[in-house]
Amino acid sequence: MKQSEFLNTVMPFKDKVYRLAKRLLVSSEEAEDATQELFMKLWNRKDKLSSYKSVEAFAMTMTKNYCFDRLKSKQASNLSLIHSNYKENGTSLDRKTELNDSVSIVHQLIAKLPENQRIIIQLRDVEEYEYEEISKVLDIKPTAVRVALSRARKTIREQLIKQHNYGINQN
Amino acid sequence: MESIKIEQLLEKYENAETSLHEEAVLKDYFNNSTVAPHLQEYQALFGYYAESKKEIYSKPIQLNTKKKNWKWLSIAASVVLLFSVYTGYENNQERKEARIAFENTQMAFKLLSKNMNKGTAAMAYLGEYETTTNKIFKQQIK
Repeated sequence: MKQSEFLNTVMPFKDKVYRLAKRLLVSSEEAEDATQELFMKLWNRKDKLSSYKSVEAFAMTMTKNYCFDRLKSKQASNLSLIHSNYKENGTSLDRKTELNDSVSIVHQLIAKLPENQRIIIQLRDVEEYEYEEISKVLDIKPTAVRVALSRARKTIREQLIKQHNYGINQN
Repeated sequence: MESIKIEQLLEKYENAETSLHEEAVLKDYFNNSTVAPHLQEYQALFGYYAESKKEIYSKPIQLNTKKKNWKWLSIAASVVLLFSVYTGYENNQERKEARIAFENTQMAFKLLSKNMNKGTAAMAYLGEYETTTNKIFKQQIK
């Protein structure tokens, strides 16, 4: 497989890889490093890629595993991420100023979910994957994907309503 | 769209029973139309998902960093090789010139010594002359 051919295969989902990595690793720099590292890994396995049914699903699985490894090694070295001082920099999220507060609240709510639920929310609600595809990425049954997704969505909704009412009571 | 329909969809959504198409309807409703007041907290949610999808990985993907290093290394090596060959050649040339100069001077010395020897051979006759004169003088003294 030549380089141009390889790039044509992987380019369509590079942003998805990056966004999933960012969802799990939180910081943009970490996610960028992870994306770069991941494409190097895919490049090294370029000869085997054609044997996979869906290169994208395979890449997403690799991303998930790589990020888990990163998180584990971070815990081992006692370097935990501090979520409170984390800010979105330069994204278009700032555009909707009136919604901005509640938008970053959603971000924080998702960050509090268990890792598997975070991945499922990311793949379903942001990337719009089918349940079958998500189950392939995570190597679990489609019904388990639905259960976890439902749980995550309900948690987010409950917390969001709580925050919303809190805001109203404040006023 | 009526908010009752949306409410029904939201319930299905929370039970993870919606299809991708139905979720697209929800996203479209909360991002593009006026939202009923009692559903406004969902606006933040779907707004966030739509915005999240716009984030892109803008850095170029590098695949052949190792190869590049090898290329530069080989260029550096060939430059060094060329330089050493050149200086070696130069050195050799100098040595050759020195040997030629040495041979020339040696030849000149040989020539000189040959002519010197001719001179000394002629001097030998003079020596002979002296001995004979000495003989004559000795006889006269006796």
